[in-house]
Amino acid sequence: MALRTPSLRRVARWVPALCVALAVLVLAGCSPDAYPQTTLAPKADFAELLDTVFRRSFQLATIVFFLVEGALVWALFRFRGKPGDAEPAQTHGNAMLEVVWTVIPAVILVFIAIPTIQTIFKTAEVPTDDPLVIEVTGHQWWWEFRYPEYNLVTAGDMHVPVGRTVDLRMTTGDVVHSFWTPQLAGKRDVFPKRDNRLWFRTETAGTYPGQCAEFCGTQHARMAFQVIAQAPAEFEGWRTGLAAIGAPVDSGAPAPAADPLVDHGKQLFAMKGCVGCHMVIAVGAPTMVGPNLAGIGSRTMIASGWLPNTDENLARWIHNPQAVKVGVLMPNLGLTDEETTALVAYLRSLSVTPAPGAVATTATGN
Amino acid sequence: MSTIAMGHAGTEAVPAGKKGLWSWITTVDHKRIGILYGVTAFLFFLLGGLEALLIRWQLGAPDKTFLSPEAYNQLFTMHGTTMIFLGVMPLSAMFFNYFIPLQIGARDVAFPRLNAYSYWVFLFGGLVLNASFLFNAAPDMGWFAYANLTSKQFSPGLNVDFWIIGLQILGIASLAAAVNFFVTIINLRAPGMKMMRMPMFVWMSLITQVLLLLAFPIITVALVLLMLDRNFGTHFFVPSGGGDPVLWQHLFWLFGHPEVYILILPAFGVVSEILPVFSRKPLFGYAAMVFSGCFIAFLGFGVWSHHMFSTGMGPMADTVFSLGTMLIAIPTGVKIFNWIGTVWGGSIQYKTPMYFALGFVAMFIIGGLSGVMHASPPADLQQTDSYFIVAHFHYVLFGGSIFALTAGAYYWFPKMTGRMLSESLGKLHFWLMFLGFNLTFAPMHILGLNGMPRRVYTYSAGMGFEFWNAVETAGSLILGFSFLVFIINILKSLRSGAVAPADPWHGATLEWSIPSPPQEWNFAVEPTVDGRDPLWEERRKAGGTLPEPARVSGAGIHLPSPSYWPIITAFGTAMTLVGFLMHVTLWVILAGVAITMLGIFSWAFEPADH
Repeated sequence: MALRTPSLRRVARWVPALCVALAVLVLAGCSPDAYPQTTLAPKADFAELLDTVFRRSFQLATIVFFLVEGALVWALFRFRGKPGDAEPAQTHGNAMLEVVWTVIPAVILVFIAIPTIQTIFKTAEVPTDDPLVIEVTGHQWWWEFRYPEYNLVTAGDMHVPVGRTVDLRMTTGDVVHSFWTPQLAGKRDVFPKRDNRLWFRTETAGTYPGQCAEFCGTQHARMAFQVIAQAPAEFEGWRTGLAAIGAPVDSGAPAPAADPLVDHGKQLFAMKGCVGCHMVIAVGAPTMVGPNLAGIGSRTMIASGWLPNTDENLARWIHNPQAVKVGVLMPNLGLTDEETTALVAYLRSLSVTPAPGAVATTATGN
Repeated sequence: MSTIAMGHAGTEAVPAGKKGLWSWITTVDHKRIGILYGVTAFLFFLLGGLEALLIRWQLGAPDKTFLSPEAYNQLFTMHGTTMIFLGVMPLSAMFFNYFIPLQIGARDVAFPRLNAYSYWVFLFGGLVLNASFLFNAAPDMGWFAYANLTSKQFSPGLNVDFWIIGLQILGIASLAAAVNFFVTIINLRAPGMKMMRMPMFVWMSLITQVLLLLAFPIITVALVLLMLDRNFGTHFFVPSGGGDPVLWQHLFWLFGHPEVYILILPAFGVVSEILPVFSRKPLFGYAAMVFSGCFIAFLGFGVWSHHMFSTGMGPMADTVFSLGTMLIAIPTGVKIFNWIGTVWGGSIQYKTPMYFALGFVAMFIIGGLSGVMHASPPADLQQTDSYFIVAHFHYVLFGGSIFALTAGAYYWFPKMTGRMLSESLGKLHFWLMFLGFNLTFAPMHILGLNGMPRRVYTYSAGMGFEFWNAVETAGSLILGFSFLVFIINILKSLRSGAVAPADPWHGATLEWSIPSPPQEWNFAVEPTVDGRDPLWEERRKAGGTLPEPARVSGAGIHLPSPSYWPIITAFGTAMTLVGFLMHVTLWVILAGVAITMLGIFSWAFEPADH
């Protein structure tokens, strides 16, 4: 039988060049630094545990990959049929080989199974080192964070102190979601009427993006959040500052300078019905239809953790939420541009300004 | 192989009426039904591919607004559902239909009219599912439809109902077909074809039918419960009424994981046919291949919860399901090693079917290895629901199933049509598909590990996802183009392709012993088999070449008559279920049941010859 394999040879000539090009591309594109949400650069103990197991299985898989694909590709060149070839030896199998290639994979699997089981039990432990409990609730499509220790509630940005284990108790207000900050911990799904647990402890201050990882409806893609890990003093400053928003002002303290625009915005917030779904006090606030807005002025993102919190974006969002994120519960209130500007000014005023004491402690590096 | 005479000698002409639309509607010939399955499934496959291209276009750059979130969610749900239930499964069914009877030396399947019924029910199910687009209510909750997003409260539209009813209809088709092929393989083998002499494709098909028979009742029950929740006020999965969304996940994956093997085992079978023929030596480790296939299927029922590690099942359950899943790697590895053992020491003939079969082995290895990685719950907590998983299952289902089914298409096309496909276009198709496939899906590994979740209609600039998504979109265009080459190849061949001999590849199995395309009765005389590679043994005995089999008069050979009752019964079946879709319209349901009953009775009392 006439056999022509020029196409194969022609392709083979390009293989080395292709491999180099591919390697360069992959190395350039794989560096975890380029990905704020990477799983490959863990920054907390939980994520590190997962990463160790992943690396072990990845290394073994890489070795197996090269050996098996290598054997296959070698055979494809070595046993290329030529015209006039005699019929090859009609081997039907080899019992010894079958045993060998049953046992070797089994042995390799043992080396993955052992760290796997150890890590399963380690990650299932309940933290007992005086953790900071945060109650996480998923909503279509935003995340709510409640700090029972401080009787505070917030949304979108989860502030945590470095050096202290964070113990998450998680549930949902509606459908199933999944809480995922890749640099800090793995995914954990949240279910209605059930508490699911997750914990982590980071030693590295920073802002770690995360997002919902279980499909939860129209805006699943826009259900993100940030975990902001801060030095303990800064964290204290944040939580006291958040608690101070909307709190009754001490009679002795000087009244803040009244900004007429902010005042107007505050009136609109009540008149236009915003208050029906949002609260602007973080202390002891119940869960409402919409996220708690105390501290919204200084949050990193709006519209659930993905839209940078600029005045422009905030105005766009308030003016017509459906145009920014179709399907959200927040209706178009038909605000005029002036009303929008006033509301933006008011919301911006709901910022966490760290208490002077806390700032001082940070400044002195205490 | 030797032959014994069968049937009556005679000069009677075969009844007319073998052409035209009506002959296709009433056909009970397994080969014609196979072609119907193939053409229908390929069209649905192209539709699913088009949906994929729209998805890729939307994700080609960050924050794109090419598709609305609603449209995107419908497209990814329909892409998955279509590819699984209307693409890969019925493409496998095409090969079951056409080649199980031919490979076991039978004249037809055990129940020819039930076979026609299966096809028509499948067609109606596919049409009902896709009719949802006309109502702008295509399913939009992902192909595994996690509760409680599917409850009436959070999905008030008809989207979920279309999915439930579409899948129920398709499930009936799959179950009827599975009974049919199971009985066919067990009862209709030619004399001498013992179980351990069956072609590997028949073996893998048999195991697939067992999986279908055991797995589909589970999804049927789950879908009934979901329908009751949505339309009759029950609370199986609704937490406010005491139900549990996790129950859905268990039921779904108890079906869903065996389903994965329903999609891949036929592919294993196809490749196990092609590699020996084009290596000119028998399949390496036949018995090991049979038992590893059985073992994979058996274990496949005990690992479903590895889809649920992130639900927090507790360390004991995680450990058990993790170890069970890792065990599957062993028989799967055995298969891969035996395929390599088959080509090893052979004389490899680089024809197009062999390209695709080898492409399958190379790509399936990658899918298998990433599968072992997320068998480990700690690794899976990062990988699940990320693009790493999307990469994994496309390496298994595209790099695996689709490469193998395409190999099968090139391998068996001459037998089915009597025409050869172009080798040069076939190889162009292969290289474009191989390149396009890897450009589309390999970068998804990188994106997933770097934090890109699946099922997102967009992603923000600055997340680092831009570059590889652009590469993937470019790759998907190449991939789409490769199928254009395939279509051109098919059309050219049907018009003016070289005429195929009975045995263009020097095959080993019985289908190559009869003319291409086979005559309606397949085998004029019933073959007897005394080995695993009957045609090779025959050829060796004959000194290297066999005479081209003659086309003979089939006079006197009894074949089942054509019947229109299968399509009518299928229509009644689909109508009954559509009645439930239309928010329980009683008269539609009753009319559907009446038509079904009429069909079944008429079918039962239809004279065998008329």
